[in-house]
Amino acid sequence: MISVRLRHAFEGFTLDVDFTAPAGVTALFGRSGSGKTTIVNSVAGLLRPDQGRVEVDGTVLLDNRISVPVHRRRIGYVFQDARLFPHLSVARNLAYGGRHDADKVIDLLGLRDLLNRRPGSLSGGEKQRVALGRALMSGPRLLLMDEPLAALDGPRKAEILVYLERLRDAVGIPILYVTHDVSEVARLATTLVLIDGGRVTACGPVADVLADPASVPLMGVREAGAVISGRIALYDVTSDLTTVAFDGGRLVLPGRLGVLGSSTRVRISAQDVILATQRPEGISALNVLPVRVTGLRMGDGPGVAVGLAAGQARLLARVTRRSAEGMGLAVGQEVFAILKATAVAPGDVGS
Amino acid sequence: MTDFLGPAEWQAVRLSVIVSLWATLCSLPLAVVCALTLSRGRFWGRQALNILVHLPLILPPVVTGYFLLLAFGRRGPVGAALEQALGLVFAFRWTGAALAAGVMAFPLLVRAIRLGVDAVDPKLEQAAATLGAGRLRVFGTVTLPLIWPAIIGGAIIGFAKAMGEFGATITFVSNIPGQTQTIPLAINSLLDVPGAQPLALRLALVSVGIAAGALILSEWLARRVRR
Repeated sequence: MISVRLRHAFEGFTLDVDFTAPAGVTALFGRSGSGKTTIVNSVAGLLRPDQGRVEVDGTVLLDNRISVPVHRRRIGYVFQDARLFPHLSVARNLAYGGRHDADKVIDLLGLRDLLNRRPGSLSGGEKQRVALGRALMSGPRLLLMDEPLAALDGPRKAEILVYLERLRDAVGIPILYVTHDVSEVARLATTLVLIDGGRVTACGPVADVLADPASVPLMGVREAGAVISGRIALYDVTSDLTTVAFDGGRLVLPGRLGVLGSSTRVRISAQDVILATQRPEGISALNVLPVRVTGLRMGDGPGVAVGLAAGQARLLARVTRRSAEGMGLAVGQEVFAILKATAVAPGDVGS
Repeated sequence: MTDFLGPAEWQAVRLSVIVSLWATLCSLPLAVVCALTLSRGRFWGRQALNILVHLPLILPPVVTGYFLLLAFGRRGPVGAALEQALGLVFAFRWTGAALAAGVMAFPLLVRAIRLGVDAVDPKLEQAAATLGAGRLRVFGTVTLPLIWPAIIGGAIIGFAKAMGEFGATITFVSNIPGQTQTIPLAINSLLDVPGAQPLALRLALVSVGIAAGALILSEWLARRVRR
């Protein structure tokens, strides 16, 4: 468990945050300049905030009286720019902070073939994998990642995301993950902390925060969307479609998405969800889910964000205000959510 | 070989190399500290230190030599104290020539090393700290290896400057064959001797050879360090 409380004044900007997060991946999400990096730097000890308290798994690293120096905090930090030591080989970079679980980490991140290389000869994705391995091998009690994928192109990003998912599931270390990319949040996070203008505006389990209509302005109307966790129930070879079973029903999605029975999480963009008051007939969309309206939030423009519940699962839809009024949408109402299978891209599905 | 230069000239060559090596090696650690302080330090008086370091570069060498004579001569405050405490005498000895050469070379050393320090990304040092390295280990394993090429480059420039030092040396410790007569001073003396011009030219060629050799050595070292 991580607990962070910080107050730090910059010129014309005050950071004032307070949150706790359970084990797993905690995503700090916000626009650039919202104070995310200041938070992780304070946790790492690279920045001394005016006031604050940082506690990781019962160890106090910072409060009014103590400030443990950076090199004694045992906090691994993966920077956006990798920061490998250019004069050392990959093997010596990895071993710089220690050799904890060396073989496991090297295999987990696929680093064995890179050991004798120099950082200068690595691709961006390889560099980031080495940086990750180096941080892990130092035996940290907490791992900080400051937009580790921001400097990578699409395919590299997808490649590293797979490694990060493996890491999350294989290593018990809590991770504080800074990002301003909703898809990374949807794929990796267990807990989501929204930061806006130096304040925490929401904090909770990722599915709840993402599906909250109030989160829409910060996520961006085009990026907003919910995450559904389920299991792969069926793969039909002839139609090349996968069925995912989750608490509120079943989703049919394109392609082969994983091993039968394995757990999966699917991001569903709010703007891809259509609402209907009656079950539609003769429609091409494969997914029609009975849902209940849990919240409505008017946007600044013509849109309305609609929070939906399907069993324990949460969904988010974005419709126009005119539609919402025409359908008479209200909290508690039973409606149908319609989703085209092809609206879900491969990058929206994680493990 | 011995026909090429006379014994007095060979003595000047040997003396020059010894004086310049000592001058470079002794001023090197101090120059590294100065470069780090000037590049990284944020303290009151940094500008004053910067000017002090650069003084030998901007003052006429004769003035620098005169100041050295005042401070490090046998009656000078520093010179007298060092003689009392350590038995170390600078006045009219080769040690004085080394001191003069070291002082004159110092600003060049600091400037070269400082460029190297400025080029080190402090973010790498931060990364090392998050991996558990304390300040000393960060310096030894990250900062120092990264500034090695600059240190080597600085040392070579310093050595070359020391080899060529004339004004401060002749003012501080005079021109004594076997003690303080380095190559430039020997050339200067030969020019006053009728018929010794060819000898002076040969000595000058030796000087060119040593300088070129030092440069080649430094390039080779820098390449090895970078690998």
